[in-house]
Amino acid sequence: MKSIGKYCIFIGSLFVNRERFSTYIKLIINECIAIGFNSLVLVSIVATFIGAVSTVQTAFNLVSPLIPTYVISQVVRDLTILELAPSIMAIVFAGKVGSNIAGELGTMRITEQIDALEVMGINSSSYLVLPKVIAALITYPMLVVIAAYLSIVGGYFAGILTKVITETEYIYGIRVDFNEFTVTFALIKSFVFAFLVSSISSYKGFYTRGGALEVGKASTSAVTNSCIAILLADYLLAQLLL
Amino acid sequence: MIEIQDIKKTFDGKPILKGISGKFEKGRTNLIIGASGTGKSVLLKCIVGLIKPDEGHVYYDGRDFTDADRNLKIEIRREIGMLFQGGALFDSKNVEQNVIFPLDMLTDMSKEEKLDRVNFCLKRVGLENVNKKMPSEISGGMKKRVGIARAIVNNSKYLFCDEPNSGLDPQTAIVIDNLIKEITEEFDITTIVVTHDMNSVMEIGDYIMFLYEGHKVWEGNDSNITESNVKELNDFVFANKLMRTIRKEV
Ligand SMILES: Nc1ncnc2c1ncn2[C@@H]1O[C@H](COP(=O)(O)OP(=O)(O)OP(=O)(O)O)[C@@H](O)[C@H]1O
Ligand SMILES: [Mg+2]
Repeated sequence: MKSIGKYCIFIGSLFVNRERFSTYIKLIINECIAIGFNSLVLVSIVATFIGAVSTVQTAFNLVSPLIPTYVISQVVRDLTILELAPSIMAIVFAGKVGSNIAGELGTMRITEQIDALEVMGINSSSYLVLPKVIAALITYPMLVVIAAYLSIVGGYFAGILTKVITETEYIYGIRVDFNEFTVTFALIKSFVFAFLVSSISSYKGFYTRGGALEVGKASTSAVTNSCIAILLADYLLAQLLL
Repeated sequence: MIEIQDIKKTFDGKPILKGISGKFEKGRTNLIIGASGTGKSVLLKCIVGLIKPDEGHVYYDGRDFTDADRNLKIEIRREIGMLFQGGALFDSKNVEQNVIFPLDMLTDMSKEEKLDRVNFCLKRVGLENVNKKMPSEISGGMKKRVGIARAIVNNSKYLFCDEPNSGLDPQTAIVIDNLIKEITEEFDITTIVVTHDMNSVMEIGDYIMFLYEGHKVWEGNDSNITESNVKELNDFVFANKLMRTIRKEV
């Protein structure tokens, strides 16, 4: 409870006494590259395989001849857009970006680099953390869109190669009964998750105390706390919006 | 001039600083000395505001820093340069970017003016042709020099150094000490150096404050430090054989 309060104060401190706008633009672009672009390969690989695996497993479970085959791709589509792309990718994102952010800020803390910023009269939390949070908010939804697309494409190839579904059936299945709100919902989720992962990891890194050992611990707890927050938020959003 | 009044600080129920007062004059190297763990670094952090003291006040040329509002605090902070124990250079920036950083953030100078100033400061601390090197590629002594250059680049009025020569060989240590003294006199800065190295005490101590278990038990300068009859100070000063030998001969 106490740490939730401290976390809220930390989030508040990001927005007071900021530096010049132009400083932030440059930092945000750098962070977009570090956070978003550098996660692209990992996210693509994971998304493609998740799509492929869901197709094959859904086909395996739908043994009844009464159910038309195109249901497979329909299931893959909804599963991907609603849950796999935004939420599972958020866990992957927490593992890669979260640990990275916590490690970087933790190292800056224990080597007194954050103190050095403070002594210069710079609001170190907004200077270091705000660009990361904004960059995550910009790039993570993009990653989710790419992940959803690749996942459906991965399912397509897996389905055709294993001959569980034909091309026309797959395409028909992903088009039938399409509800646009699922995409809106996925994007809302991705904004929330991006904020949670980047801010929780920053918080964990920023308040590291001690030495190299504690930096490692901060990285680990950044990932575990982010994952718990993602799952909780996932459940709450599903209850509220679906 | 920096004045501290009755600074007290307790960590987890354990008093570290038990009421310390003193005056640090301009244009002189002021030293805070004492054994490891007596709270020197904590006192320095209280002075620059990285730690808030439980009681007491810090005045920068008469301006109360402890109770200052946000704007005054930032105004004073922008006049402070600090050299940290490990250098605290930004890992992701090269030497030049490290030194130019305070100018980028705090001034409206043009690119050329900034570069001129950076090169002047790097030259002043005896570093040339290392502008593009990363902190991980330079030696400990060079890191300290870059740290000093970064601390003075924005025409700081106050310079703080925490153990400027820890981890350096005795010769380099003295070069760094003297560099700090020269810069202090040349630019008329108020300098406070925290150290437990007797070599620097004898070399650059214009004013010396000796801390023992959270109290100031002695103050003076490098010429009268060997003549005091404070037991704790003598134990500290004459801890090594060389100093004991000198004492016998005098
Ligand atoms: N943030 C903190 N929280 C709790 N205790 C602290 C904190 N900072 C320092 N201390 C304690 O204060 C005491 C003094 O520490 P300090 O770092 O000031 O010593 P020092 O005189 O600088 O020693 P050294 O010469 O080894 O650097 C130590 O016992 C330390 O455990
Ligand atoms: Mg210390």
